[in-house]
Amino acid sequence: MNLPADLKYTSDHEWIRVDGDVGTIGVTDHAQGELGDVVYVDIPDAGAAVGKGDTFGSIEAVKTVADLYAPVSGQLIEVNEVNAAPDSVNKDPYGNGWLVKMKLSDLSELNALMDVDAYKALIGA
Amino acid sequence: MTQTAFHAIHVAAGAKMVSFAGFEMPIQYPVGILAEHRIVRNGVGVFDVSHMGEFEVKGADALALIQLLTVNDASKLVPGKAQYSALTRPSGGIVDDLLVYMIGENDYMLVVNGANVDKDLAWVMQHASEFEHVTVADESSNYHLLAVQGPKSIETLQKLTDANLIDVPYYSFVHGTLAGVPMILSRTGYTGEIGFELYFKGSVDVATKVVTTIFDAGAEYGIAWIGLGARDTLRLEKGYCLYGNDITDDTNPIEAGLSWITKLAKGPFNGSDVIQAVKTNGPTRKLVGFVMRSEKLIPRTGYTIVSNGATVGAVTSGNTSPGLGTGIGLGYVPTALSTPGTMIEIAARGTTFPAEVVKIPFL
Repeated sequence: MNLPADLKYTSDHEWIRVDGDVGTIGVTDHAQGELGDVVYVDIPDAGAAVGKGDTFGSIEAVKTVADLYAPVSGQLIEVNEVNAAPDSVNKDPYGNGWLVKMKLSDLSELNALMDVDAYKALIGA
Repeated sequence: MTQTAFHAIHVAAGAKMVSFAGFEMPIQYPVGILAEHRIVRNGVGVFDVSHMGEFEVKGADALALIQLLTVNDASKLVPGKAQYSALTRPSGGIVDDLLVYMIGENDYMLVVNGANVDKDLAWVMQHASEFEHVTVADESSNYHLLAVQGPKSIETLQKLTDANLIDVPYYSFVHGTLAGVPMILSRTGYTGEIGFELYFKGSVDVATKVVTTIFDAGAEYGIAWIGLGARDTLRLEKGYCLYGNDITDDTNPIEAGLSWITKLAKGPFNGSDVIQAVKTNGPTRKLVGFVMRSEKLIPRTGYTIVSNGATVGAVTSGNTSPGLGTGIGLGYVPTALSTPGTMIEIAARGTTFPAEVVKIPFL
């Protein structure tokens, strides 16, 4: 299980990498493993303002579909063109398989997210 | 939770095991469902389907019992032939779909869905009691069942048996030995590819020997285990019904598109009067195939089918089609909307996505 130490994690099995006031968001290695082959990522409202916990998209895998939740509040500023090669979410969930970038509206919300040790404990890794 | 004889092999292969039909079964292996799907379409794959049920029906009244219980005409069978059929209720609803094998004179085997073994056995036994000369034996826990499917399946298996497999027509079977183990080699499957289903009995050691031998023979073709996930995408692309989804106790064979196995001319059977009336009057709804005309949605069982803003039906099976690269599904719609080319919508995530009714098989 690949779980980088420099990321924040959510109980919805997403990660966020923060650079200044911009967060890059994706799903964890654990999540992609549970989903299986990803075939489409639907993020309909690039540019939308989202609140912490809002559904901002969905991820279609062969076995099932999962909602994507905003780990923190902010505005979606870039959606990755991942549908050209949706298996990048499986193969490289922290790299080419990132999903969306968000301009964060309240950096203090990050404090409520999990560090890698807390997330490992959550998934029993 | 019951385990098949191949359980330890699945676990060693890294399978993700799930509860299915009371069994702990592999849903996928580490290569993933899409890769497994392609292995079966292009090479050869092996499914453990030992959860399926096998009933041996014997005696002078065996044919009469089967004729009463099933929609197809079992009197057309000869030893060595099998037919796809369905058990129906007096209401015309479907108890289960099944294969009827004619082993010999007054000697048949019914192969039913694993999830329905108890229900089907009770149903068959209840009707068997009306006949004097028939015995029904549930051999489900004694049979191992492997489906070896794909364009390289015959080359793989032919190395291992004296039976001349290329000469076995679709829906026919032979008795033979493979790895020294006596078995039924049946030219059937649920993938739309050429392939055999192997019914045999014996210990875990026997089962292990058989499957090890098959994997050795198929190594040059990249033989691999295939799980229930790819079994679903493979059958769906061919438009094969899945019991519990596309056909149930509340669907009749005519609306389910199973007229081709429903032989009303053979004489009365359970539900034949109701089914005849549906056929005469035309079904009010039909099971149709549809292809998504949006790449954003994969249809899933239970999603609503919408036409002109009104709910008209529900998706009974849906998935991505690895062959078409788009979402496909089955569902019941009013007969007026069942013509290929009709545009419908699938509702999900608070909106709708366009889809088109198409002929099945999808490919």
